[in-house]
Amino acid sequence: MPKTTKTLDLAVIRFAGDSGDGMQLTGGRFTDTAAVLGNDLSTLPDYPAEIRAPAGSLAGVSAFQIQFSSKEIHTPGDVPGVLVAMNPAALKVHLPELILGGTIILNTDAFSKKNLSLAGFESNPLEDGSLEENYKVFSIEMNKMVTHACEGMDLPAKMVLRSRNLFALGVLYWMYDRPLEPTENWLETKFAKKPAIAEANKRALNAGYNYGDTAEIFTTRYKIEKAILPPGKYRNINGNYATALGVLAAGEKAKMNLFYGGYPITPASDILHALSSWKQFGVKTFQAEDEIAGITSAIGAAFAGNLAVTATSGPGVALKSEALGLALITELPLLVINVQRGGPSTGLPTKTEQSDLLQAMYGRNGEAPIPIIAAATPGDCFFAAYEASRIALKYMTPVFLLTDGYLANGSEPWKIPSLEALAEIETNFIKVLPKEDEIYHPYNRDAKTLGRPWAIPGVPGLEHRIGGLEKKDGIGNVSYDPDNHHEMTMIRQEKVNRIANELPATEIIGEDKGDLLILSWGGACGSARSATEQLQEDGFSVSQVNLRWINPFPKDLGNILTQFKKVLIPEINNGQLIKLIRAEYLIDAQGYNVVRGKPLRASLLVEKAKELIG
Amino acid sequence: MTNTIEVAPLGKKDFVSDQSVRWCPGCGDYAILAQTQKNMPTFGRKKEDFVFISGIGCSSRFPYYMNTYGFHSIHGRALPIASGVKLANPDLSVWVVTGDGDALSIGGNHFIHALRRNMDLNVLLFNNRIYGLTKGQYSPTSEVGKVTKASPFGSIDYPLNPPALALGSQATFVARTIDRWQSHLASILKRSYQHSGSSFTEIYQNCNIFNDGAYAPYTGADKLDNVIELEHGKPMVFAKGSKGIRLDGFTPTVVSMDDYSLDDLLVHDESNLDLANIISNWTSHPILPEPIGVIYCVDKPTYNKKVDEQISAAVEKLGPGDFNKLLNSGDTWIVE
Repeated sequence: MPKTTKTLDLAVIRFAGDSGDGMQLTGGRFTDTAAVLGNDLSTLPDYPAEIRAPAGSLAGVSAFQIQFSSKEIHTPGDVPGVLVAMNPAALKVHLPELILGGTIILNTDAFSKKNLSLAGFESNPLEDGSLEENYKVFSIEMNKMVTHACEGMDLPAKMVLRSRNLFALGVLYWMYDRPLEPTENWLETKFAKKPAIAEANKRALNAGYNYGDTAEIFTTRYKIEKAILPPGKYRNINGNYATALGVLAAGEKAKMNLFYGGYPITPASDILHALSSWKQFGVKTFQAEDEIAGITSAIGAAFAGNLAVTATSGPGVALKSEALGLALITELPLLVINVQRGGPSTGLPTKTEQSDLLQAMYGRNGEAPIPIIAAATPGDCFFAAYEASRIALKYMTPVFLLTDGYLANGSEPWKIPSLEALAEIETNFIKVLPKEDEIYHPYNRDAKTLGRPWAIPGVPGLEHRIGGLEKKDGIGNVSYDPDNHHEMTMIRQEKVNRIANELPATEIIGEDKGDLLILSWGGACGSARSATEQLQEDGFSVSQVNLRWINPFPKDLGNILTQFKKVLIPEINNGQLIKLIRAEYLIDAQGYNVVRGKPLRASLLVEKAKELIG
Repeated sequence: MTNTIEVAPLGKKDFVSDQSVRWCPGCGDYAILAQTQKNMPTFGRKKEDFVFISGIGCSSRFPYYMNTYGFHSIHGRALPIASGVKLANPDLSVWVVTGDGDALSIGGNHFIHALRRNMDLNVLLFNNRIYGLTKGQYSPTSEVGKVTKASPFGSIDYPLNPPALALGSQATFVARTIDRWQSHLASILKRSYQHSGSSFTEIYQNCNIFNDGAYAPYTGADKLDNVIELEHGKPMVFAKGSKGIRLDGFTPTVVSMDDYSLDDLLVHDESNLDLANIISNWTSHPILPEPIGVIYCVDKPTYNKKVDEQISAAVEKLGPGDFNKLLNSGDTWIVE
């Protein structure tokens, strides 16, 4: 049968299978190949909190979605057009999100009676005709195929079957006309010490590709050309790795030692992993006994003059909150990263959410303002982490960096910056006693930033004591004076406010006035951008602003908001930024809030926007 | 020829800050502060290299009174803060001043982990067996039956044994001293300073307001009958040489020196963990004397040193980090 090739602008694929099926690896390989081919792309790993839920169960389904395109894209796609389902449970969980008329690629060998029952199917969907009515279904005996491909190899059958994810990947590579070499090279490196495993996986990959080529069931393959991106050198990067690189960049730029104190927590642990592998840079990582020791060790390192960082997720921030107040009142620079996840309590550890904004803003005893910056995309985590570090050092304050599970694990092509091009970092180190002073005054502030001088232990003549008790401004002695406390409270707030003086003009996507402004922050930026572009294409008067600094707000924000008839704030929470905006600017902003542990769907946001515009 | 500048040796006044001391008159903390200020100048280290870190409680005001670098932090967290300071700058001499509530109750988790890591810190635990700053509740070292505002019918909590906990946490230096035993206190401070690794010193400290006389048997007229001073390599003799300790199997017994000679007695060995465990259980014992001195002391590589060694090894193996190279690593591609 002759095969035809169609060119598409974009495609959204979801790989789904059991936790043990290697779906994250499969998605990762597809991603790297798409990146090397020059597609723009965005990914969404979606895995269960359990390491290995019972095989075949609904709880054990792990998935990976990628959108790749010849155009610039901003999200991993609302819903997939192609679903790879390695077992019945994966089909059950993910079929509801597949677009009508979409493609399903199945491993029929996994559709045993037991697996069907575990997935809650009353009849076999492969036999009852229910799938074919609405979708293009490709049923493949993948176990049989890989067994056949690996015939003659001295490997146990169980090991051979573990390569069936590579078979599925091979089929997809054929469908989208992708080369196998990058994956083959990766397999050779990854399994350098186990050549038989590498060989089995390569055979499975090729078998899948050849199956697509020769089996008569596939009639069409698709081509997605490279995207036109700004010129430069690119790599694919996820948010957690970008965050770790960002703080390392700040340490390198400031020529300071970097200290990371933290406790393992999903989805932030990869930041600890990355930093602890960079010992050749002198990075010191300390896996503490708990979240509190994570932040307090970082506070100690800051007192001793290091660029100090801690990262966690919402439950960890809850434990760190008393220490955040200590960092604030002692006016030590400290970067606190919250990779937000679904809450409350343990909540949805592996899913994304934006529900810790008000915790970052207000979650401490006393008047305790802390600057907050939020990253907008996986690659932006690098710049946001760098900027947060720079502000912490310049103003002598703890700074919150908010990312989230989607940004942390999602990836995108990233134009590699150079260290030289990053903004200079100013520090407040003091090495000698000012002539006019007899003793060192730890709270003798910089007139412009209100940052205090940073004298570190080991420097002669600047011995001093700091602590959690209120201090007299300037001299830094313990002070219970009512007027001083009032003044210090105002100074701590003013210090945060003054950061706004150096923020660049807010970027508006679209016209600077109109019917509707979509005001987003953090990980919702991509969905908001996609929706904005769609609405603009449809002829609506819609613009988007994505907030990078949330505390303080940029100075021009108030004016921007008044130029639009309506303001829509999409958030993966029950309305948090909207409360801050309404309180600060007294405007009747409207929210779009969906709290499903997943990125917002741009198409639904478009609907909401149209409804508002009327 | 190099010019040497004559530097006056440091004295006690160099370590006294300009802050007025605000403990209750008669508090045991005064004696500990005085010995610290007096002896630290004799350690032969520059004043700017000393750092005092504390948590919350009466004892935790200590750093304000030392004219060194100091950090009065939050309840229970002095140890991880001190760990961060030491890791960031291993050249510093880092001291933690804490209390029985601060170290063993709210900070109990940090206590066991800092000790097991053998972080090179000097931990001084001022144990007054009471919560003083909150005005008199029972603490994790208060005796069973203690009547306080929070336990009007007597405390039903069994107390912790700090040296036993420290040993269980794999501390490499465990000692005890008493606020009123000034020269003994001074000698233990010096031993702590000299030890590389986590040094734990319990200091019996009288709270004359809320728990007065808690240590009267060890500080009063008959103190020598109730306390044994441990000395490495020396037979265990006390009560002015009239009594000794023998080991009967695993069980220590008090014997009269009328019946035994020094050669018959148990000999202290600081490096013997089994012996240290036995001695630590003499705490508040109805028959055995209260042991003070260095209970246990062994050398073991410190956490902070190993951190530096791993960094040096990485630099040696991979060369110093090249950031732009790291940025450009992995699969990259050019968009023209």
